Amino acid sequence: MSSPSRQRVIALYKQLSYLGREYPAGADYFHKKLKSAFLKNKDLSDPVEIQKRIDLGDYVCKEIEAMYHINKYRAMKKRYYEETQVENIQSKLENTNWADGTVKR
Amino acid sequence: MSSNLRILVACKRVVDYAVKIRVNAAGSAVETANVKHSMNPFDEIGTEQAIQIKEALAKNKGNADVVVVSCGPAKAQETLRTALAMGADRAIHVESDEELQPLAVAKLLKAVVEKEKPDIVILGKQAIDDDSNQTGQMLAGLLNWPQATFASKVELAEKAMTVTREIDGGVETIKTPLPAILTTDLRLNVPRYASLPNIMKAKKKPLAKLTVAELGVDVKPRLETLKVAEPPKRQGGKLVESVDDLVDKLKNEAKVL
Repeated sequence: MSSPSRQRVIALYKQLSYLGREYPAGADYFHKKLKSAFLKNKDLSDPVEIQKRIDLGDYVCKEIEAMYHINKYRAMKKRYYEETQVENIQSKLENTNWADGTVKR
Repeated sequence: MSSNLRILVACKRVVDYAVKIRVNAAGSAVETANVKHSMNPFDEIGTEQAIQIKEALAKNKGNADVVVVSCGPAKAQETLRTALAMGADRAIHVESDEELQPLAVAKLLKAVVEKEKPDIVILGKQAIDDDSNQTGQMLAGLLNWPQATFASKVELAEKAMTVTREIDGGVETIKTPLPAILTTDLRLNVPRYASLPNIMKAKKKPLAKLTVAELGVDVKPRLETLKVAEPPKRQGGKLVESVDDLVDKLKNEAKVL
């Protein structure tokens, strides 16, 4: 591995490994996949190609963070907001004038 | 906009949202030993809001001092470190191994507010463990400060803020002078994920420790928990052979006919 990107790759691996600790399918599952993904590219030498893989890794980091957030948001919404939403839909249905499609408040 | 603000954010360490909650053998409380804990999601939103205010002020050459505070056992420091990793400046840990009820926490926070003199106090609207939804309101009452609860949008102005609140069947927009209490609702913002380097840096940020005795607060529980029970298990469905069978079951088992 060329030395300029070495630090960057190690930092990315650490960040992904840290993110994987909360992975829904299990930290072990994530770690195995992570390791094989990095090992697959261990012989890359072209700096452009390496940079591409690092960018992909950064993108995956963002995706995982977004996934964690959505999971948490959904769980919270389900726990604290479902009833009111059902009511909302019900009241909307009840207040809708089906003839002209308007909703009265 | 005033260039220097101090924002106090209260954080609670709770059982993680993804953990299946179990009642302990004695039926007196929820099992918390060997269970994953994390920061209360609504407090995460509060921390994020404080950091966003700080970042917005930094663009206008202002500054905000974001102080996070947590009341509870020694492990509450993990939660404070998470908040520091997200971007808070310093932390205060009020240590107590006793059970702290919302009124006790509100009194402790009042003592901290009197020490720190913040312009805004941000709390999550409720904690996902006891779902009390009381601490922010009680703190506002104790301090005699205005409160903006269930905030879904916050705009700061000179010595005032405009807050959009989530209420039944809609939203309400209110304007309040500072200092004030703000409690966060789910849609206020998207909390950031603390990156690994920031977690390392957070270990060096200042964390002050206080005790209940130092603050001179009576934290004796006022409420007694009589019993904690799990919700009844859902019973499985049954297949019926014929219409007669169905009618019979509805009559004799479900008793709806």
